[in-house]
Amino acid sequence: MYWASSCGGCEISLTNINEHLLDVDAAFDFFFCPCLLDTKISDVEALPDGGLAITFFNGAIRTEENEHMARLLRRKSQVLVAFGSCAYEGCIPGLSNFTPSRETHFDAIYRHSSGTVNPEGTVPATETQVPEGTLRLPAFYDSVRTLGQVVEVDYSIPGCPPEPHQIWAVIKTVIDGHSLPPRGSILGAGRSTVCDECSRKRSDKKIEAFRRTWEFVPDPDICLLEQGIVCMGLATRDGCGGLCPKVNMPCIGCYGAPEGVLDQGAKMTGALGSMIDIEPLKHLPESEIDAHVDAIIAKIPDPAGTFYKFSLPASLLHQSRREP
Amino acid sequence: MKRISIDPITRLEGHGRIEIFLNDEGDVANAYLQVPELRGFEQFCVGRPAEDMPVITNRICGVCPEAHHLAATKALDDLFMTEPPRPAKLLRETLYSAFFCTDHTTHFYALGGPDFIVGPDAAPSERNLLGVVRKVGLDAGQKVIATRKRNHGIIKMLGGRGVHPAAGLPGGWSKAIGEEERLIIEQTARENIEFARFSLDVFDQIVLQNPVFSELLKSDIYLHRTYAMGTVDAQNRVNFYDGQIRVVDPEGVEVLKYAPRDYQKHIAERVESWTYMKFPYLRKIGWKGFGDGEESGVYCSSPLSRLNVSDSMATPLAQEEFTKFYAAFGGRMVNGRQAPIHHRLATHWARLIELLYAAERMLELARDPEITSPNTRTIPTGEINPNGGIGSVEAPRGTLTHHFEADKNGIITRVNLLVGTTNNNASMAMSVRRAAENFIKKGKVEQGLLNRVEMAFRLYDPCLSCATHNLPGETPMLVTIRNASGTIVEQIRRD
Repeated sequence: MYWASSCGGCEISLTNINEHLLDVDAAFDFFFCPCLLDTKISDVEALPDGGLAITFFNGAIRTEENEHMARLLRRKSQVLVAFGSCAYEGCIPGLSNFTPSRETHFDAIYRHSSGTVNPEGTVPATETQVPEGTLRLPAFYDSVRTLGQVVEVDYSIPGCPPEPHQIWAVIKTVIDGHSLPPRGSILGAGRSTVCDECSRKRSDKKIEAFRRTWEFVPDPDICLLEQGIVCMGLATRDGCGGLCPKVNMPCIGCYGAPEGVLDQGAKMTGALGSMIDIEPLKHLPESEIDAHVDAIIAKIPDPAGTFYKFSLPASLLHQSRREP
Repeated sequence: MKRISIDPITRLEGHGRIEIFLNDEGDVANAYLQVPELRGFEQFCVGRPAEDMPVITNRICGVCPEAHHLAATKALDDLFMTEPPRPAKLLRETLYSAFFCTDHTTHFYALGGPDFIVGPDAAPSERNLLGVVRKVGLDAGQKVIATRKRNHGIIKMLGGRGVHPAAGLPGGWSKAIGEEERLIIEQTARENIEFARFSLDVFDQIVLQNPVFSELLKSDIYLHRTYAMGTVDAQNRVNFYDGQIRVVDPEGVEVLKYAPRDYQKHIAERVESWTYMKFPYLRKIGWKGFGDGEESGVYCSSPLSRLNVSDSMATPLAQEEFTKFYAAFGGRMVNGRQAPIHHRLATHWARLIELLYAAERMLELARDPEITSPNTRTIPTGEINPNGGIGSVEAPRGTLTHHFEADKNGIITRVNLLVGTTNNNASMAMSVRRAAENFIKKGKVEQGLLNRVEMAFRLYDPCLSCATHNLPGETPMLVTIRNASGTIVEQIRRD
């Protein structure tokens, strides 16, 4: 298991398979896992190509080091799995692709951050001369890429992070010697949507107005979307068990697009379009209907950031427009 | 000039790197702790709806998402100028106590503890969780797994998910609990208290009663007399969820006590071009470089510093341990309160005292009659605080502050995050340098260097950039010594 640009939640979730950790230890010869073992990158380099049976790779590609490791582990692994939302689709740090460049980040964080005393405008540099010598930092790329945008990926396990019972189910399949589905498949999740595993009642009602989560206390038994909360459930793959709606909060889409859907945000946009209730507006002239619909949609404060919260780098958009 | 690079293998993911330069005599000229990683949350949060901050910022760190989730949720209370009802605060703090129990357990048994429990000179292959289990017994290993499991269960029950909780809202908490759930929390808290006492016994038997380890704990190599920071309640007792931030000088005299809202009046941050992580310091004292003492603005924010700024613990069993702790280091009093302990390795002991406090606090919360109240939300009016919203909690690794500004529609316009580990950036650099100076003399790298230097940053709980996330086991290391022209003269690796 290897992590690139990620938060560590994938490792915690793996550890949360609890006592099954002992089964994993018994079944596998762990070769490389920086957080568990002493093997070095040079040991991986020394392996013949394909010397690793299976690699779980979590984290997105944010620096040149991440990219180097992705290429190396691809070469050394018979099966390479994009583990978790960052590697699979870019995840929340992928929202960074709405930001035009590295310099925009440096402005916000180092030059103009409130509380930072920086009259010289110092920012991190790939090379710094200190009295004793030169210090180097790896370059920070302008955008976030998924693992699959850098190397060929055999399987993906979605989720931020993947739920422990799903991780265990995948590992158990391998331990039991069952064959994995065709290459390119999604593992550790369903093929449908979070709505299918959500216990809330749906009545195919139309949405009259969107409301923000803090504006009211939703009914605990009724579909959140029908109550006007932008819940991503219908554009999100099932597999988690519908966890967020169980605590009265909307699905935020961390398992990515359902089977057969290319773009999670486009799916959500289309779905919402068909759910907005224009019945009460029908008597109005067409131009006024448009204005009313616009007003309803305007109540969704950040459609791009909401619909693509986890999947921007993997989406058809990938990133904001850049100057050439 | 000779140069030594200490690369935890995590460097490959960009988490932490130590560069040590030697002078012509072969002694340490300087040491740098670099964090070669940046993910840019402060920038890409701009434009997002404010209410998304608790679920966006918990992705900063999957090891302590509960800390980010709660700091962000409290910042939203402030941004929306909405006071949550008391039951919501109880539920938030209950989740947070469960989190401290699992996080401090993971650190003690899997990360920091092995240095003591199996010893700093034990074979590297033994200095990990499995070595700990062999030393203290399989039963202990099962207790560790069970403790993590039951507390992650509580986190999932209250927050929706075992990692990256979802229930925080401005003015409240989206999930209320019933009596059945309350009973589970109460039972978990009781088991946590037993486990914390067991862990303190382990520490007592294996470390305190061992003269070698005990001497190491009190050795000057890991001593830094800096300012200390932590959150205290109205009686100046440790509190993880809420209170005022207190800073004491190296003698233990209070120099600052402020509401989290005023953090920028007291803390400034410095940028160095050779690392992505900034260096916070006390504004009042100023940045005087990497040094200790009351003249230096460097401070520490950790389990040890939290005890050092507090007058006592808020729960009875933890208070007993607090008294024992200070007595073990001499029990000197200054102005009627205990003098701070500056031996940084004592942070491990302090962490266990905090574990016991978290468990006892969780039991108090579980027995509060209001915790099962369905009244967990105050609905905000929608008016946005023109001064922004600021929220602070004690993360396991130090004081964590989230600061958001938003437009009148509640869309984020500016974000500043001061995360737990960042507070200690300068302290960690100093500890690493001190360890290097002690183990590298006349160009000779002593055998114990690798682990002793590693121990210098591990005691802070290695969560560099709040994205370094070492789990059970060793941080593998490779030390490369190059001459002035960059040619490798020696390589030491720990396998």
